[in-house]
Amino acid sequence: MWTARTLILMCLPAIVFFFIFAYIPMPGLYIAFIDYNYSAGIFKSAFVGLENFRFLVMSGDLWRLTFNTVAYNLAFILLGNCLQIFVAILLNELRSKWFKKVSQTLMFLPHFISAVLIGLIAYNILSYDYGTLNAFLTSMGAEPVKTYSNPFIWPYIIVLTFLWQSTGYGSIVYFAAIMGLDAEILEAAEIDGANAIQRIRHIVLPWLKPTFVILLLFSLGGVLRGNFGLFYNLVGANNTMLFKTTDIIETFVFRSLMNNFNFSMGSAVSLYQSIFGFMIVITANWLVRRLAPENSLF
Amino acid sequence: MYRFAKRIDRASLAVKACAYLFIGFFAICCLLPFILVLATSFTSEKAIMDHGFNLWPRVFSTFAYKIVFENPDIIVGSYVVTIAITLVGTAVGLFLIAMTGYALQRPDFEFRNKISFYIYFTTLFSGGLVPFYLLIAQYMHLKDNYLAVLLPGLMSPFLIIMMKSFTRSIPHAITESAKMDGAGDFTIFVRLILPMTTPALATIGLFIALAYWNEWYNSMLFLSSDVKYRPLQLFLYNVVTSADWIRNSAASANVAPRDVPLESMKMATAIVVTGPVILFYPMVQRYFIKGITVGAVKG
Repeated sequence: MWTARTLILMCLPAIVFFFIFAYIPMPGLYIAFIDYNYSAGIFKSAFVGLENFRFLVMSGDLWRLTFNTVAYNLAFILLGNCLQIFVAILLNELRSKWFKKVSQTLMFLPHFISAVLIGLIAYNILSYDYGTLNAFLTSMGAEPVKTYSNPFIWPYIIVLTFLWQSTGYGSIVYFAAIMGLDAEILEAAEIDGANAIQRIRHIVLPWLKPTFVILLLFSLGGVLRGNFGLFYNLVGANNTMLFKTTDIIETFVFRSLMNNFNFSMGSAVSLYQSIFGFMIVITANWLVRRLAPENSLF
Repeated sequence: MYRFAKRIDRASLAVKACAYLFIGFFAICCLLPFILVLATSFTSEKAIMDHGFNLWPRVFSTFAYKIVFENPDIIVGSYVVTIAITLVGTAVGLFLIAMTGYALQRPDFEFRNKISFYIYFTTLFSGGLVPFYLLIAQYMHLKDNYLAVLLPGLMSPFLIIMMKSFTRSIPHAITESAKMDGAGDFTIFVRLILPMTTPALATIGLFIALAYWNEWYNSMLFLSSDVKYRPLQLFLYNVVTSADWIRNSAASANVAPRDVPLESMKMATAIVVTGPVILFYPMVQRYFIKGITVGAVKG
């Protein structure tokens, strides 16, 4: 203990940091079991047991939030990874260094901007009166769409925006994996007369499979966690017309805190998310450990 | 390249053509929205009303920028606040993350697994937004205080793990021989390890800096309208979602309310707020590439 004192001291800021910002809030989830009253404070508010959860289940909110969060995440993970692999493989087929460099730089660009700007860009395209989409539709002789009041097109908009933002940057991992593939194997296949499609199908794709499986499982661990910034800035804070298809756990909790001041309801959803999210991560990690022990987290 | 005669078969040619077409198409799709914002910011409001947002200004106008810069006080103030938070946060956070990362990968540090798990566990289970908000706003009394934005962004488990994998490539023998010579752990870290890990520090520093620069979530939670100079992204959010600021600056520039170029001013503000970063980023993107390839697969 004494010989390690300097190393412990060096970790101390991090220990204190996570204690304050991550561990102290954890017991705060107790708010889920009370009828929180701001002036009375946590300990003097009435204890209501599972009443908040009963309300969430009865109102159908919990089911809707879970469904939206999970369905969006599954779409993000599956479509995202497939598109990233596709882009990485095509990038590897490019011979022009200049073309590869410029296109990669452009594809990373969306990753580096804030969620606020993404919301503004979406507004540029989707706005009923001035949006480029409706200008295009009317020029083709079609009817303009009222995007911001039609909940059924939002899953497409959100998934497309996510893919637009994350594909370029996400493809780096797969591209790096392809770079790790022995070039001689590909050359030998080429000499033996394998064409590009055969090389991709029988050499590159099998080579990427372990990376794919591991990344898939890790992202599945976070399937109950939503991307607040994306949803909040795309949909807007108060567009209730769209909530049926766009409300996820994070946006619900945020509203219950900032708009409705219903702290207990927000905490109840957070507690539900934390507990089930925890179980999903443990399961995912258990699977990773069975498939590839060196990649497991714990 | 061509050490042997290449058989040009049709399938390979098709794949190549497909690669250039698709990558080119996708790259342009990534760029176009930015051009759209830029072009709109230089379009006269009347042209927007008549023709909508376009990729090229139908009627060129710098009116929106004139009004934005008529009253630069708020924008300059927001820039100063964001730069200050980013610089301080990145410097402090980077030092703490590097120190923790180094200590936690030392094979002779007996508590390293326990502390690593203590940090990692915070990604598995969290108290959620409400207790976090109450802690900072009610118990730490940091509402309307820039510290509420600065402090929570200092460290993240992800970056500490990334730092661990970076420093693992430095042979432990270096630490050991310095210990033989009587150097303390902290001295070894500052004098020996830090200079050897500059590429890693650049990568992690840029991750932290980018997060602070794009930060708007904690700003929105904790900085109310009483705060005059708000971080840039929150400022942009306010400009986009409510027209108040635009109307006020137009009024102070003696523009009649019906002539306020609402739409082009939103875009002009977005350009003023984001432009510098987008110009800066191609120079540093290789560090981000390094970061994700080190950090991704090994969680």
